[in-house]
Amino acid sequence: MLICESLGKFKFDPDRRFKILKELLSGNAAIARGAYEFGVTLAAGYPGTPSTEILENLSRYEGIYSEWAPNEKVALEVAIGAAMAGARTLVTMKHVGVNVAADPLFTVAYTGVNGGLVLVSADDPGMHSSQNEQDNRYYAKSAKVAMLEPSDSQEAKDMVCLGLAISEQYDIPVMLRTTTRVSHSQSMVEMGEPVAREIKPYSKDVKKNLMVPAFGRLRRVSLADRMARLAEYSESTPVNFIVPGNDKVGVITSGISCQLVKEVLPDASVLKLGMTNPLPVGLIKKFAAQVEKLFVVEELEPYLEEQIRMLGIKVTGKEIFPYSGEFSQGLLRTCFASAGVLPAQPKFEDPAKGLPQAPPRPPVLCAGCPHRGVFYTLRRLKLTVTGDIGCYTLGGLPPLEGIDACVCMGASIGMAHGIDKAVPELKGRTVAVIGDSTFLHSGITGLLNAVYNNSDSTVIILDNRTTAMTGHQDHPATGRNLMGQEAPEVDITMLCRSLGVKRVEVVDPLDISRLQEVIKAETAAPGPSVIIARRPCALLKREVKPAVTVDQEKCTGCKTCLKLSCPAISVIENKALVSADACVGCNLCVQVCKTGAMQRGQADA
Amino acid sequence: MLKPIDVLMVGVGGQGTILASKVLAAVAQAVGYDIKVSEIHGMAQRGGSVVTQVRLGEKVYSPLISEGEADVILAFEELEALRWLSYLKPGGIIIINNQQIYPVSVLAGAAEYPQNIIPQVQSRGVNVQVLQALEHAIACGNAKAANVVLLGALAQKLPIEEKIWRDALAATIPPRLLEVNNAAFTAGFTAATSGTGC
Repeated sequence: MLICESLGKFKFDPDRRFKILKELLSGNAAIARGAYEFGVTLAAGYPGTPSTEILENLSRYEGIYSEWAPNEKVALEVAIGAAMAGARTLVTMKHVGVNVAADPLFTVAYTGVNGGLVLVSADDPGMHSSQNEQDNRYYAKSAKVAMLEPSDSQEAKDMVCLGLAISEQYDIPVMLRTTTRVSHSQSMVEMGEPVAREIKPYSKDVKKNLMVPAFGRLRRVSLADRMARLAEYSESTPVNFIVPGNDKVGVITSGISCQLVKEVLPDASVLKLGMTNPLPVGLIKKFAAQVEKLFVVEELEPYLEEQIRMLGIKVTGKEIFPYSGEFSQGLLRTCFASAGVLPAQPKFEDPAKGLPQAPPRPPVLCAGCPHRGVFYTLRRLKLTVTGDIGCYTLGGLPPLEGIDACVCMGASIGMAHGIDKAVPELKGRTVAVIGDSTFLHSGITGLLNAVYNNSDSTVIILDNRTTAMTGHQDHPATGRNLMGQEAPEVDITMLCRSLGVKRVEVVDPLDISRLQEVIKAETAAPGPSVIIARRPCALLKREVKPAVTVDQEKCTGCKTCLKLSCPAISVIENKALVSADACVGCNLCVQVCKTGAMQRGQADA
Repeated sequence: MLKPIDVLMVGVGGQGTILASKVLAAVAQAVGYDIKVSEIHGMAQRGGSVVTQVRLGEKVYSPLISEGEADVILAFEELEALRWLSYLKPGGIIIINNQQIYPVSVLAGAAEYPQNIIPQVQSRGVNVQVLQALEHAIACGNAKAANVVLLGALAQKLPIEEKIWRDALAATIPPRLLEVNNAAFTAGFTAATSGTGC
C-alpha cells in the first residue's frame, strides 16, 4: 500500500497503481523516479557523494526541469522560488552541502511553501567520500522542518511522494535524509505511472513570504503551530509503526539501521520511525510501555536517544552502540551480545588470521592526471598549501604530499589569506589550491575578500573543465548544463580580473618548468595573484599518447619519478618501469627524471 | 526462511566489478529472488580498492555483508582477496583471479606486495578456486572480459541454471561484445568445473 493514501488531499489516481512493475534501483535512482512519478516540476542541486546520481537520473526523465546550481545554497533558493510560485520541487545535496544551504533553509521553514519542497540530504556515515560524518537529523530539529528517513529504495521513492504531500499540506519544507547505504544500495522498487504535473496558483502574500521582523514574528508563531500539527500527524503517519514481536526486547530505530535490526533480532518488537522530526511522542511512550528492555539503534549521534530520554524513558543506546562509522549486522550482534540480548557470539575463526596484512590501496590521482605536477612542484618549492575539496585532496597523500590542509568547499582561499595576514614568516610562501568547480561553488567570495583586504596570497585554480571527483558533472564553466544543452561558459580568467586580481596567469600544468617559474614569480609578487592551471581531466578527454619508455642504461634507480605518485610507474630491482597499459603519455615523468632515462614514447610507424 | 546467499565482489577500480554485479543482479531477478546490492561510489575510478556486496534470497533486509558471512568471495585481484578474506564464512568459497595490481604504496616502495598470497590462503584450509581470468579473457579476444570469466566461475558454484546466466549477459552487455563475453563466461565456467582453474 502506498503511503500517500493517508493524506487525503494528495491527488493520486488510484487506477494507475495496479500496473505494477518492479525494478532494481539504487536509493538515488528511486528518489529520481519518485520525483518523476509524483509531479516534481523543478529539481536543483550540487554534486556530492552520495547524492549525485539523483539529479543525473532525474535529468533523463521528460518533462522535469533540472539543473546543477553552482552551490547548494543557490540550489535551495531556486527551489524555494519555484515552490513559492506553485511548483513541486526537489533539491539534492550531500550532508555538508546542507551547511552551505542552511541560511535559506532556516527561514523557508518560516515562510513555508506553496508547491511541495523536498530537500534530500545524503549523509555519509563512515566517511566513504566526505570530510566529516555530521548527522543532519539535527538540522531538521534545529530548522524546524519535517524529516523523513527511508531504509531502502522503495521507501526512498514513496517518501518523495509523502514528503511532497506533507510539504503542501503543512506548508513546510521536508528533509529526506538518506545515508550512503540507502543512496547507493539497490533494491526492488514498484514502478508507477506519473501523475499530472500541476502548478498551484500563486498569489502575492507578503505576510507569509517577506521575512522582515514584523512578519517573521508572525511566521515564527505559525511555524510552532505547524510543527505542533505535524507532531500529531507523526503519531499516525504510516511510516511510523510498530512491528510486533516479543515483549522482552524493543528496539526504536530509523533508516538503514531498521534493516540491520530486522536481520539481527528477527523476533524483537521494533518501532520503525520513518518520520524522525517531529517525533511521535505518544507512539514512543506506548511502545516503551510494551517492552521490558528498550534499545535505540541509530548510526552517528544519539538523536533519537536524547529525545527519548527527555520523555523520562529508560533506554539503552550509545553506551553499547558506537557514535562513529557505519553499522553492520556483525557489529550489532556483538553489541546486543554485550547487553545480554543475544547469546555470546561464537568465536570468529578469522580465515585471514596469521596471514600478512594487505597494504592499503587508497584512491590516487589517475595516471595522466594533468594536475599531478602542480602538487609535485608545490612540494619541491616547500610552500605551505591550503587545499580544497575534490580529487585534489589526493595530492596531499604521500608521496606527493603537496597539500597541508583541507577543510571544506572554498576554504583554501580564505585560509591562505589568513595565513598571509597573520604569520609574517609564511608571507609569500603560502598558496591556495582549488578546482574549477569548487572555485565557482564558493571560492569566488574568498578571492574577492583577498582582493578587498589587500592580500599577498596566491591562488592556483586547477581547471580540469569538470566536476571530476563526483563523476564529471557540468558546471558554469564547462559550456553545458545538466540537461545536456549548450550553456554560456564563464571565463574564469576574466572573472578573476573583474574581482580585482591584477595578476592572473594561465599555465599548462604539464609544462613543469614554466609552472614552477610562474609559481615562484606569483608567490614573490605583492598583491593577490591567481594562477589558472588549465588542462581537462584525464578521464574526460582521453588523449592517449604513446607510453613513456625507460632507457635502462641511463636509469640509476634514484626513484625521483616515484615522487609523482603515478600508478603507471614502479621501480623494480633499481630500474624504473612504466606500464604501457596504464601510461597515457603525459610525459611528466620525462620532465622530472634527472638522468634522461624516461623518454617520450614514439608513435608506432 | 532460508538465509540469503551472500556474494562479495572485490577488486580494483576499473576491473569491472560493477558490471559483474549487474549481471548477477539480473540473474537473481530472473530466478525471482529478492536482492540487494551495495557499492561505494566516489573513489572507485581512482584506482582504489572496490567492493560490491550482493545478497540474494527469499527476503533480504540488510544490503551489507559482515565479516565471516560471505558464501562466496569473487576476488578480481590477489591483494584484494587477502584484504577481504575475513569476510568469508566457514565453508565458503573464494574464487581468486591470479592477477596482481600493485597499489601506489607498493610502487613507491613504501610497502611490500605480499608474496604467495594464493598458497597462503590455501594453507588456511579455505576453499579456494584459482582462475587465470585475464589470460582466458585475452584468449577469448578481449582482456576487459576478465570480469565475465570470473562470473562463469561463480555460476559454476551457484545453483542457478546456465540459461538464466546467458540471458542476463545478453540483457546487460552491448550486442557487439556479447560473443566475446559469452566465450569468456564459458571459459570461466569450464575452468571452475575442471577444478584446476588453469
